[in-house]
Amino acid sequence: MIPLGHYLVLSALVFAIGVVGVFLNRKNLIILLMAIELMLLAVNMNFIAFSHALNDLSGQVFVFFILTVAAAESAIGLAILVALFRNLKSINVDDLGSLKG
Amino acid sequence: MDITLILFYAFGAVLVASTLLVVMVRNPVFAALFLVLAFFTAASLWLLLYAEFLAITLVLVYVGAVMVLFLFVVMMLDIDVETLRKGFWRYLPLAGGVGLLMALEMASLLWRSVGGENVGVTPPPGYSNTKALGRVLYTDYVFPFEIAAVILLVAIVAAIALTLRSRKETKYQDPQTQLAVKASDRLKIVKGLQR
Repeated sequence: MIPLGHYLVLSALVFAIGVVGVFLNRKNLIILLMAIELMLLAVNMNFIAFSHALNDLSGQVFVFFILTVAAAESAIGLAILVALFRNLKSINVDDLGSLKG
Repeated sequence: MDITLILFYAFGAVLVASTLLVVMVRNPVFAALFLVLAFFTAASLWLLLYAEFLAITLVLVYVGAVMVLFLFVVMMLDIDVETLRKGFWRYLPLAGGVGLLMALEMASLLWRSVGGENVGVTPPPGYSNTKALGRVLYTDYVFPFEIAAVILLVAIVAAIALTLRSRKETKYQDPQTQLAVKASDRLKIVKGLQR
């Protein structure tokens, strides 16, 4: 039997590593998407740990929906990435300034 | 020490190490492969919480589909890793400090409020997580479930619409001109030709 706090601390660690990944790879869009996936994984682990601790299946249903939305998000993100690379020959975030924002 | 606790610590160590490698390695292909390892270990951690269905879903959907998509894209793009990693070591102290602070804050807060007490119940033998989840999903959450299906459809359409392109050299049929063609356009009878 694993205490709930163990899972929460582990997912906090994974989430923090995801944030560090966003900081470190600010120029590489692919690794940025992977860091987002890591943060979503940490959130999902929290949901499942609480679902087990509270003996309520709603948490697992929410994880199911998060998985769906995350899969859709990464598919669209990678499609945008491919379209971007075709036009600019680069996925460096610094090169994406055509809107002059 | 309980065997599940030992398993938890082993999988947790692998998970943290592989996530660290995802954000640190130079080659994006290795990052994708370490992300596969991270998802696999997370699935085994979810199995320890008796969430079998979601663990299998994570392996099928993420390792089987999303990560293969990532690997395809990484290998398709011809990227220059060196320019993308410029500033990596310069930002490392700041990023490490922020990450460490965030992890410490969250961990201390969660540990104080939840602590290390054992909660949750072990399901009785014969309990099927998949069956219970399906029962909830198709009754209480049937409308969100259908919205999730629509979101996936939108994602399919969007991904195809974003990446579809028409090349100039590709030859297409134009049914309208094919239907509008007359016999006189194709067949010419030359009169008075004699041998």
